[in-house]
Order: sequence, then structure tokens, then C-alpha cells
Amino acid sequence: MAGANTPRPTDDIVDVLIIGSGASGAAVAWGLVETRLKILCLEQGDWVKSSDFPTHGRDWEARRYSDFDISPNRRARDTDYPVNDDNSAMKVANFNGVGGGTILYTAHFPRMHPSDFHVRTLDGVADNWPIDYWTLEPYFAENDRMMGVAGLAGDPAYPAHEPTMPPVPLGRSGTRYARALNELGWHWWPSDISVATTDYDGRARCINLGHCTPGCAQGAKASVDITYWPRALRAGVELRSRCRVRQITTNEHGMASGAIYYDPSGMERFQPAEVVILAANGIGTPRLLLNSASSRFPSGLANSSGLVGKNLMLHPWPQVSGYVDEEMDGDRGPQTVMWSKEFYETDPSRGFVRGYTLQFGRGTGPVNEAITNLGTGRLPWGKNHHRAYRTLMYRRLLAGVACEDLPEEHNRVTLDPVLKDSHGIPAAKIDYTISENTRCMMEHGIARATEILTVARAKNIFASRTVLNSPGHLLGTARMGTDPERSVVNEWGRSHDVKNLFIVDGSIWVTSGGVNPTSTIQALALYIADSIKRRLATLFD
Amino acid sequence: MAGNGDCELTASELRNFRRLAGIMLPACAEYGVPGADDAAIFADIMRSLGRDRKDVRKALAQLRALAGEDFDTLEASTAEAAATALLGRDGAEIMALGRAVLQCYYRDDRVVRSLGLEPRAPYPKGHVLEQGDWSLLDAVRGRPRMWRDVEGRGR
Repeated sequence: MAGANTPRPTDDIVDVLIIGSGASGAAVAWGLVETRLKILCLEQGDWVKSSDFPTHGRDWEARRYSDFDISPNRRARDTDYPVNDDNSAMKVANFNGVGGGTILYTAHFPRMHPSDFHVRTLDGVADNWPIDYWTLEPYFAENDRMMGVAGLAGDPAYPAHEPTMPPVPLGRSGTRYARALNELGWHWWPSDISVATTDYDGRARCINLGHCTPGCAQGAKASVDITYWPRALRAGVELRSRCRVRQITTNEHGMASGAIYYDPSGMERFQPAEVVILAANGIGTPRLLLNSASSRFPSGLANSSGLVGKNLMLHPWPQVSGYVDEEMDGDRGPQTVMWSKEFYETDPSRGFVRGYTLQFGRGTGPVNEAITNLGTGRLPWGKNHHRAYRTLMYRRLLAGVACEDLPEEHNRVTLDPVLKDSHGIPAAKIDYTISENTRCMMEHGIARATEILTVARAKNIFASRTVLNSPGHLLGTARMGTDPERSVVNEWGRSHDVKNLFIVDGSIWVTSGGVNPTSTIQALALYIADSIKRRLATLFD
Repeated sequence: MAGNGDCELTASELRNFRRLAGIMLPACAEYGVPGADDAAIFADIMRSLGRDRKDVRKALAQLRALAGEDFDTLEASTAEAAATALLGRDGAEIMALGRAVLQCYYRDDRVVRSLGLEPRAPYPKGHVLEQGDWSLLDAVRGRPRMWRDVEGRGR
């Protein structure tokens, strides 16, 4: 680190500095390449080699509890930063590396629904987005082409769209769920999944390694280190890994002037830039804005509204599992197989507003089957263990309830007064409680999932209401809007306060929907890149 | 700097842990599987403690409080009663203890074969996944539009 008397080296100025190389950072970088601007991305993590992924070794399941754990606090690589989530009903999940969260996601790839953008108008809660589904539709399609999405056209729960590859197989598990859902007369459809079911754009097709979340050794799962980044780099974008940004700086005009960061050797450097784009996720972005407070911006950068860090949404995600009397797919295929949108749209008779997706999984592997049953009462220790285990292994059905949590200002990201990362930068602290509306939604979803599993003739059904780690959907902490007093960025991602500062990650979400967010995060990033391109001559007006 | 809990286990802790592992997952002739106190499996457990080492030591300290320093030499029923009392508790330490044992037990070749599985990493061979019965989707294909939008929007 630079000492008090050590001059801080200054790098050559770039036109665009992107902070974070995950889902949104990669998309916005690629979206801007045709401008021929000088674009640099700083990423605090490493490139992850295919050979590093757990499915190469016999300890593949154990590594999801160590160096590929979804919790940064447990994973604790030197490229991770800690998060104080002691005062949160849900724990934080993320990954820090080139590709960000797409390295450690399940590749479930639903889009937001049209109603998700109009919750105030349709349901009288929260706020409408300043844009709608149709604004993003062309970017959804472009993103699907870039990532490669397996699925099936014709889902009555969505406006028409064409996935780029055939769906993943239903398998035994999907067939079992489908029969039950048909018996109940409820909607289901094969999920859109960003897994290559055919050879696609230089990526080999899925061979059912079965553990998509902790990285795909085959490269069939679309993480942005193998989709967007190779194209962006070939087009001239520079990406520097192991470079952690400490602070965004501003000049005497109140414009962003660049960023102070630590290079791989720990040297503190200054990177000047004409435009700064934040793509550091719904926790990393408010953390950085709050850490960029100055005399001109005493409550944090871009925070005249006071909303930076507030309205954190995490998608409560109860799970219901049960066991059948024959082998299911287990860990022998992509983990998610199908969804049901039967309870997605608001029905006031249910006692809550908004809704949820039911997401159906295939099962899990031998180690995880045992570990995830610790504390469920299904798997005793001692001489009865082995017989009990054999009634569970590869016989699991699993339904997740992906709940929309509405924005509430008391759910928030602040700076921890004590905890710091390995560079001494104050860490994020999150405070999060589950609202009564969401609790009602969770219970409704658990009851419906239990009904489905019962009709599927599963026994030994167990509902997990408090899932230790959140699904890693970090949303809402620098929301978009047209009113500078009620939002942090405008309707095309530009800060109301700092006119050359943009945010493209999940922070800018106004509401959370009841779907995995990656598809919509990336469509938003492409849309913002396009908005920047169309306004280049007047970008700072 | 590593706290005391991050250190290697003492000889006493090792003996007690191995006895405890054998009670948690005993050998079973019916399925032809070794216990978790098997030399190879226990060596794997010790090699793989990693992030759980501190919590496992805390769990072993709880066991010591329940059963005394010489848990490994207690007669069977007394040892099993102490182990049952320990494992019935909640807490991160007990979860870590279970995870440390299970993650190694269920990757042992003999145990994996007893489950009818090949003892191998998923990559590069992968697995075969059957397509399933797509005709079931016919019941859904004809459903009317389910999604909502504001008036005048949508196509």
C-alpha cells in the first residue's frame, strides 16, 4: 500500500472505467465496444480456470462448502470481501472473480414479467419502474443470443420469445413433477436455462456434470467469462483482475474523475476516467458509493436522495423437499428443470400482493444429500443411519419458492464501523427483515409446494423456511427513477447527482419480481449501454 | 494470526474424534461399508477439516464437557449416550462436525460403490439424462395467456 509519503501512481486516462466484471459489467463493456472508446474494467477477483472447477475432483461436493462456497464469509478467498450479515434474516451469497456471480449461479434464466414493472399501477404497492418489459425486450433477446439460453417457446406465462437452444431434458424428476402439476391443473413449463444443450458459439454442450452452481468444467453453463468477455477483449476492452477499487473520486465540478484502487501487488493507484460505470452488485455498489463520501458528497457519492444502500431486496426462497420410492435424476443433470407460474400474478384472495415462481430441482449428490439432511430429522446418526440414507439418496424431489420481496427502506446496506476487507476498506453491513406480506407469500408457496410433492407421492416432506444463504440476488440499493428525490439513477442508469457516473447492476432495480435476476440485470446493462451510445454527444447534459 | 482453535487437534482430541466418528457412522455388514473411524476415511476427515477445524474443536470441547477427557476409552453404551447428547444439540459446531465427517465418508470408494455409483469425478465423463415424457406438456400448451400488463401495453 502507498504510505503517507509515497506518491500514488496515476494510470493513463480511459474514456470508460467499469468497476466489476460480472453479469452486468461484462454486458455493458460489450455493449459499448462499437463506440471505440477506451474502456477499462477493474475486477477485484481472479480469472477462474475451467480446471479449477470442483467437478474435476473427487472432492467436488465438499468444495461447495470451502473455496466454492456461495458465502463470501465462509469462502474467504483473499479476493473476497467480508459482509456483516448478522442482523439479516438471510445471508449474502456472491462470487468475486472475472464473471462475478455468473461463476456461481445455477443458470436459471427467467426474464422479469411485464407486470413486474408496474406494481404500483397494478397492485398499489411500492413504485413502478420508469421503463417496462417492452423497453427491455430487444435487449433480453440480444442477451439470450450472447449467453445461449435453452428453453421452449410458447409458455403462456410469458410474452412470446424464442430461446436459442432446445430445453434441458425433463428427466425422471421433471416427468414426476409434470404429472403432479397436470393432476392439479396447474401451470408448468421447462425453464429457460443458460446452459448449452447443443454446441453453441464455441461452447461444448452440457454433459450432465450435475453441479452447475459451483462452476461448469465443461463450459456449457454461460458464465460471462466465457460469453461476453472474450468478445469484449478481442474488441479492445482492457480487463485488469485482482484490482480492488477503494473509492470513486470526484473533481471540483462534482463529476467523477476516476477511482483509487489497489493493484495486484497491493500498490494504491489512481485510475482517471471520463465516465465511471458501477457494476459491483447490490451490495458492492452501495458499499463503494458510501466509501466514496467526500466534503462535497458527505453522505456518500450520488446519495442526495439518501437512498443509496436502502431498499435492499434478497428474494426469500423457502424450499420444500420430499422423497419418492424410486430413483430420480439426482445430480445427473442441470439442477433446475422447470418452473410453475401458477401463483406468480397477484390474486387478492390469497392474502398477499405480488407472487412467486415455483422452481423444481432434480436432486443432489451423495455428500450433499447427507449434509443437507442434518437437522431435518430424516437422517439419524448411528446404526440406523445407513438404512435411512438409502431411502433418501437419489430419491429427492425439491421445490423452491422464489418470492418477490418488496422494497422497504429499513432493509439496507451500510458501512460496518469495525469490519474491513484485506485492504482495510470498510465492509458492508446489511440489515434485513422479512415483511408480513412476504411471510404470507412464503407460507402460501410452501403449502402449494407441499401439495405438489404430495400429489407426486413424495413422503417425508420437509419445508425449510429459513434458508441459510440467500440465492445471491442482491437488488434495489441504488434504485432507478425519474424523481431525483426518490431514486439514485435516472431511467437510463445515470446518477442524478454525478452526470458521468452510471450504475448497471442489480442495485438499480425498483422492485425484485419473483424470478432469478441475471437475465434482466444483463438486459438492463445492454439497454443502458445503448442509451449511452445514443446520447454520446450530450451524455452529461 | 490463527486463533487457538485453528491449531492441529491434540492427541486426545484425535482419539475422541475418531471414536465419535465411528459412533456417528458405524461400519455396517449389511451394506458392506466401513465406519467413519476407518483409517483411510478418518485420515481424509483430518486432512479436510479446513474451514471447519475451529468449530470441530469446539464440538469436541463440548464432548469433553459431557463425557470427560477419555471419551475414547468409555464403554460402548456410555460413549453412545454422550455422543447422542452431543449430536442432538443445535449450533454451528455440531453442523460443522457432521459436515466434516459426511463430506469424506460419502466420497470413499467403498461407500460410493455400495450405493451403486462409480467412484469418479463428474468431469469429463458426465452422465446420461433421459428426456422424460414431453407429451405431458400438451396439457399446458393450450392454456390462455397468464401474464398481466398495464392497459394498452403488451402484444
